[in-house]
Amino acid sequence: MRLTLRETLLAFRRAPLLSALSVMTIAFSLFSLGLFVLVAVNIRDALQQVEERVEIRAYIADGTPVEALAAALGDIGAFPEVARAEGISQEGALERARAELGEFRDVFDAAFLPASIEVRLKPGFRDPETVSAVAARIRTYPFVDDVRFGEEWVRKLYNIRNLATAAGIILGVAFAAVAIIIIGATIRMAVLARGREISIMRLVGATDGFIRRPFLLEGLAKGVLGGILALALTYFAHSLISRTLVATRFFDERIILAGVAFGALIGLLGSAVSVGRHLRRV
Amino acid sequence: MIRFMHVSKEYARGGLALDDVSFHIAKGEFAFLTGPSGAGKSTILKLVYMEEFPTEGDVRVAGVHAATIRRAEIAQLRRKLGVVFQDFRLLEERTAAQNIAFALEVTDAPRATIATKVSRLLTQVGLSSKANALPRELSGGEQQRVAIARALVNDPFVLIADEPTGNLDDRATRGVFQLLRDINAAGTAVLMATHNLELVRRSDYRVIEINRGQLVYDSAEAAADAAVDRSTPA
Repeated sequence: MRLTLRETLLAFRRAPLLSALSVMTIAFSLFSLGLFVLVAVNIRDALQQVEERVEIRAYIADGTPVEALAAALGDIGAFPEVARAEGISQEGALERARAELGEFRDVFDAAFLPASIEVRLKPGFRDPETVSAVAARIRTYPFVDDVRFGEEWVRKLYNIRNLATAAGIILGVAFAAVAIIIIGATIRMAVLARGREISIMRLVGATDGFIRRPFLLEGLAKGVLGGILALALTYFAHSLISRTLVATRFFDERIILAGVAFGALIGLLGSAVSVGRHLRRV
Repeated sequence: MIRFMHVSKEYARGGLALDDVSFHIAKGEFAFLTGPSGAGKSTILKLVYMEEFPTEGDVRVAGVHAATIRRAEIAQLRRKLGVVFQDFRLLEERTAAQNIAFALEVTDAPRATIATKVSRLLTQVGLSSKANALPRELSGGEQQRVAIARALVNDPFVLIADEPTGNLDDRATRGVFQLLRDINAAGTAVLMATHNLELVRRSDYRVIEINRGQLVYDSAEAAADAAVDRSTPA
């Protein structure tokens, strides 16, 4: 292990420019991937916020007994798809309308607005089919006059979300593939630059494992360094965007860890593949 | 110890390099491998240290057969033989001492052993004052001495030398050759490819001559034949 560490440090020290170049290449490849993920995460957040506004509103017939309404609220609240069901009285509806409409507050009076049940769905149940199904079930209560959920709007939102997800996956895979290819090529260059050294090692009786170890450690170190650098660049870009264009959210710890781990993994795998291919030829 | 049995070697590109070559090199022997460039000398050496494998026939080195050796065993075999080349093949960024030590480090030898052995070998090849010099700071002859010291570091049973004096002037050639003789005198076999006929003529070591992939002359066989001729009445 001591020897592996020494050989790895030696590799960095002997070719500082090439090492720095590969770390930079890894960093910028991961940086472009990071920027994309940053955008994707923020779009997802925005869509989620909009999605949370998906609601079903059931209007209640005048004169419905309070007990019947309370029982229905309990029932609906227990539906597996439902996050929250809330009863809104005529007065409550008026108050809310006044608060929301500001200067038009005087055009309403209490009799004009019916009481209602407001239902919000759990995440994952906000697609048009589920929303329709839940709405239909609520409609079966005899005292429910009408059920509305903005069907058209839910459908459009759902389409946008699917599109964003598909685009995210395709672009994400493409960005990751480009990063892997560039990083792989960079590491391959570093291995090729030391082809002579590898053949000499073989000649004096070094085993494949012995030859491979410092290269793997080097690849891992470059991957981690590149990952950290990419993270710093992405953070810089994020704060720049947040200050000048639009407030964005940065990655949570999970994504940060995943990013650095991804860099480490590509570094390690890239080295393993390059050295392996090289060893088979000498 | 090294035995070639009807060995042929054909390269995918480049055709037939060796054609039905057989010979045996005994423990502690010194043998020259001569012949024009491209005759197949280097191929024979590569077959010995198992960088190449025969297309037909078998090569046996220290009891290991080329036909059945596994990749992991090749590393073990190479620790038992030393190889030097015309172009020295030293690690450019390491000092003379580090180059020699490297061949021991790959075998996981203890650090104390490495230090002692390296300094003993540097003395043996006459370079104890150049231990910390980088290869580019050494003359050709000195670089070849470092390469020889590296080849000897694992106490090999044979030293394989591919044109070891090819890049050296006369004086350095004589010095390196004398070193090889001393090594042989101490019990290590030497198999040396060369086309320096002057060197071959001046010594009375065995000569194996290769031409166009075929063994055309072996002084050991010629001597045996002569002995047979002498003992057989006409």
